[in-house]
Order: sequence, then C-alpha cells, then structure tokens
Amino acid sequence: MARFSTDVLIVGAGGAGMYAAISAARAGADALLLDKSLIGRGGATIMAQMTVAAAVGHQEPDHWTHHLRDTLEAGHRLCNEELAAILCEQAPARILEMDGWKTGWARHGGRMSQVMAPGHETARCCYVDFLNTGPAVSRALRGEVARCDGITRASGLAVIELLVRDGRAVGAVALDVESGAAVVIDAGAVILATGGLTRLYARNSASLNMGGDAFALALGAGAELIDMEFVQFFPIGHLAPRLVGMDPIMWDPFRYKLGGKLLNGDFEEFLHNYGASDSGTYTARRDVASYAILKEVEAGRGSPHGGVWLSFEHVPAAELKAAFGPVIGRLAENGIDLTKGGIEVSPIAHYHMGGIRVDAEMRTRVPGLFAAGEAVGGANGANRLSGNAIPEAFVFGERAGRFAAAEGLRLGRGDAADAADAATRALDAARAQCRPGRTHGGGALALMGELQDLMWRQVGLVRSHDGLTGALARIREMQRRDLAGLDIPDDAPFNQALVDWFDLRAGLVAAEAVALSALNRTESRGAHQREDMPEASPEMERNQTVALQGGRMVTGWAKVPRIDYSLREKTAAVL
Amino acid sequence: MSRQLTATLRVARGAAGEAPRHDSFEVPFEDGASVLDALVWIRGHVDCSLAFRYSCINANACKECMVRVDGKVGYACTERLQSGVMTIEPLANKTLIRDLVTDIVPPKERLTAKRDGD
Repeated sequence: MARFSTDVLIVGAGGAGMYAAISAARAGADALLLDKSLIGRGGATIMAQMTVAAAVGHQEPDHWTHHLRDTLEAGHRLCNEELAAILCEQAPARILEMDGWKTGWARHGGRMSQVMAPGHETARCCYVDFLNTGPAVSRALRGEVARCDGITRASGLAVIELLVRDGRAVGAVALDVESGAAVVIDAGAVILATGGLTRLYARNSASLNMGGDAFALALGAGAELIDMEFVQFFPIGHLAPRLVGMDPIMWDPFRYKLGGKLLNGDFEEFLHNYGASDSGTYTARRDVASYAILKEVEAGRGSPHGGVWLSFEHVPAAELKAAFGPVIGRLAENGIDLTKGGIEVSPIAHYHMGGIRVDAEMRTRVPGLFAAGEAVGGANGANRLSGNAIPEAFVFGERAGRFAAAEGLRLGRGDAADAADAATRALDAARAQCRPGRTHGGGALALMGELQDLMWRQVGLVRSHDGLTGALARIREMQRRDLAGLDIPDDAPFNQALVDWFDLRAGLVAAEAVALSALNRTESRGAHQREDMPEASPEMERNQTVALQGGRMVTGWAKVPRIDYSLREKTAAVL
Repeated sequence: MSRQLTATLRVARGAAGEAPRHDSFEVPFEDGASVLDALVWIRGHVDCSLAFRYSCINANACKECMVRVDGKVGYACTERLQSGVMTIEPLANKTLIRDLVTDIVPPKERLTAKRDGD
C-alpha cells in the first residue's frame, strides 16, 4: 500500500482548495493538494463566468460593511454573521492579491471594472471578459500553486474516508482512480474543499465531482453540518435549444447588462406578480425569480420545454454584439440568434448554502479538520447573494490554509498504526461487489440518475411534507439495500465505475441530510419553499445542525450567530 | 421542437497492451446533443465500465474530454452527435490507459511517480 505524509492535506483542488494550499505553504507547511480529477480543472470555480463581489471601490465608492448588509439581507436572517463579515471584509484583499497573480480582471482606464448584480446596492462585481472569470481565476491559481515549493499536487485521487484517531483527524484513505489501489495519507491537519452537492439534482450547473463528498466525509469524521436544507436554484439556467460548450448559467451578466426580459409562454412579463419589481432593472432576488418561474410553468404559462422565455429582441444588434463579443459566435454555433427570438430558461441547481459547520478559523468541531469554500455552511444563510461564491472560495481558502498550517505543524503528522487495515476496509466496502464479465448496465451511475430525479422532484424548489417523507424513505432504502446490491465491473486500470460507487455512497449521505433538514424546517424561507407552509415562521429563525450519532443522522437547532456592526462611509479606491 | 434521432457510436475499448476492439452502441439523442452526452448516456444506461475523462459537463471549461471523433481530434463536449455511425477513439499521441482515457495528467500532478521511494 502506498503511503504519504504531509502537514496539511487539502481534499479538492478548485478555487478554495488551491487558495488553501498556497496559504498553507506560505505559512511554512508542506501541503498535499488532491483532486479526484485534474488539479484546478474540476469543481465549480472553473465554471464561474461572472461575477466576483468585493468592495474594492474601483467604479463607485464602497465599503465592505455595505457588502455585508446586502449579504445579510439576501440571507433571510439565517447568515452566520461572523462568517459573512469575514467574507465581505477580506474579499477585496483576495481580489487584489489575485490581480498580482495575473488573473486579468477586466479594467477601464486603470480601474477594475465592476458591475451591478442582483441584490447589490453598488456596482461591486469584478469579472474577466468574456465569460472567462472562472477559467482565468483557475489558471491564475494553478500558476501560483505551481510556483509554491511547499505544495505537492496529486491528480486522480478520490478520498473515500478520513482517518480519525482519538477524536482527531490525522489523514485520509484515497482511491487511486487509475490503479484502483488504496493510498493512505498521514496529515497534521485536513481541509475539506470539494465544493457543494448540486450534482445531486437532475438539472444542475455542477461539475461531475460536486456530489457532496465533503459533507459525507465530515459527518463520518464526527463533524457537524449546518443549514443543509438550503440549496440555491439559479433562476435562469439555460433550457433550450441545446447549448453545448457553455455554462448553463451564462445568461446572467447579459440579462443585467442589456436588460433581458423574462417572459412567460404568453410572452408577458410576470415577475411583478410575485412581489418583485424587475423590468429593466433586474433586481429580483434569485429565490423569488426561481419561485415565480416555477409557478408560471405550473399554471400552464410556460415555454415549450417547460421554462420561460428570456428575450433580448428589444436590444439593437450592435449593442448585442458589443456586449456579447466573441460569445455571439459561440451562440451561433448552437443555432442561437438573439435578434431573431428568445431562448428558454428555467431554474437549475446552482449552489449549496448549507455545509460543514466551522468557526471563524474554518475549524470543524473535530480537531485537525477544517473546511473551505462552498463546502462551508452558514455565511450565506437561506439564500446566497450573487457574486459571493468566488470570494468565499478565496477568503475561506486562505484562512483554512493558514490556520490548518499552524494546527498541523503544532500537532505533528498523524501516523495511525492501523492505517493499512483502515485502507483495506475502506476499499473493501466496494471491492466485495466487483464482478468480472462485461455486461454491467448503468451500475451506480444509473442509481445516481434516479437519485437526481428524486431530489429534483421532491427535495427541489418547492417541497412538501409528503414529498420529503417519501424521498427520505427512498434515499435510506438506496443506502441500506440498493447500494450493496450493485455490481461493479472488475476493470483496471481507470475503473470509473468504482469511483461512481463511492460517489453514490457519499451523495446518498448528503441527500439524506438535505431531505431530513428540509422536512424539519416547517416554514418557507429563502431557497427553502414549502408548499404546505408558505410563510416564514419567526420561531424558525434558527440554524439547523446535522450530525451522525451511532451511525444515525440526528438534527438539532442552534442560535444564529449575530454581530454588532454599523455601516461605514463608502470610499473610492485610490490608485 | 427537438427531433428524436439515433446515432451508432463505435467506441474504442481496451487497455494498453490489449488487442484493440470497438464496441458499438445505439444512442438516442435530440438535435444539438454532444458526443459527451452520448458517452454519459452509455455509461448510465448500457455499460458503466466504459472509461473516459470529463469533469465540467458540456461547458468546455475543464478541457479533459479531448478524444478523436471520426479520426479528428476534438472535445467530446462540443462535438455534435450525428445520425449514422461515429467512431470515437482515444488521443493517438498520448499513452493509452483504458478505453478513451489517455495519460493527460501533468507529470507534476502525479503522486504515483514518487511512490516506491516514499
């Protein structure tokens, strides 16, 4: 069995993981940066096209306290205000540091371009033209990771279990995707940075590896999750015609810039019927817009594929061309001409507000175990403000790396005597089901498909007691019965089906946490909408926790962490 | 509205050193679908043992899904499906691992290289 050791093990190499590795190395630690896929290629960061919120004040005077106010307002009184304040206060420093790593933020006359986005009171969102924010950010971080001597990179390792000894996280067991063998990593501290769980929904804007791994690993190690019921649905995900080579949430910046109109199947604007003033201003919050679209479709006023129309037909062709740049050509390859007609959009699972419960130093309640990025729960409450996901990856990644480095160096690297046994046991969970032969059907991937449909229908945008109860029962049945009955092809090398099985196992744990939390939250708030309980309840102005006790999932309630803050005067950046 | 069409994918199978073979799969699709859509459909419905790399699902962001389509190199996520027979093979200039997976991992991202000496 292969065995490695490091001061800080970072699981997941998207924006948060890469930033954490850089920060850990900067603090003098050796960092081992793992990804199931390739370093800096998978995950959510590379998919992000717009926008990165940070109160740098390059276009309009701004102050981070105003960013905080907008964040808290979007979060429906459930934000962990301490985490939200850290996110907003430190975002500008991270954006400027990334500028030094040649991210190539869009600029106007020496100042970084910043645009408005829904829910912000100021032009606050930085970006890289055209629709290139995520790839540019990922490239800059990959470059900086490569320049750090303290970082070892490892692609193709899927962590399947954390090693915990005497209550402390001391490393992990990973599956080497190419060889199918177990690898043990002894660590001083571990950071979970594998992102959220939106892959568990039939319609999603996720990468393949965003299936909730971090949540299952954290629970298994003894950590708590928080606010798992809050899944953000992006209101105008692309629906039709078929669009390839583009992120399905690409329409957002253009809708803002050009005032794209949302129209129902009768070609009428409708958001104002749901309490949102929107036409021409694009200020409707994501949760409200998603809900309104769903209700229009339900009422029989949807577009042909079951969404609504997004129309730019009122915008002159020259203006379209200037705003879309080379994207116009990529749209043409998909048969889309915005001057000739609308495209169809509908909500799509986009981001997870819930996640691993951490303190201000990104520590879980398990010593040595940290989290970063979307895997962290709490900062965004019941609904995330647009533009906050990428700064969250940077800010929380930087902190997790720094504090985990101190912890890992202080505690020393783990050296579990029974690591080899643990590795064998972890892998045997699936190995016992490996069968020779060539006819295997869809295997774990087919069951993942069923889970995605179930989550979409019953644990999605609009929920009910009955739907959630049924979903929870089926999820638990899949865990206890179906998972163990799956045949896995006994192939090598690169047994992707084996990875599928572990993906499904983790995904089912994450799905159970979402469904159970949603069932317990007997109200509607932000991204959690209950058909049977349409109002917000003052008594439920609390965070919900999830943990494992004796192998069973248990939930609890916690007071929302609040801070005292006052709005400070906005100032313009001095260049 | 989209039409329901059928493509036949002849997909190269096998690991390095094995006798190369092609398996054929009938794949239903709608106008505009990609080769990646078809490969994902095959794994989820017919044969989960088919190996290929991808991460970002049709956004052409991760750049992991490069293969040969009818002899021409392209991204599976942006190559369109067509009715009739299409041949999908691994990159010819990279070391084959299995099926459509080739060794595109940058050398500095390989922990395995150091394994014996660690």
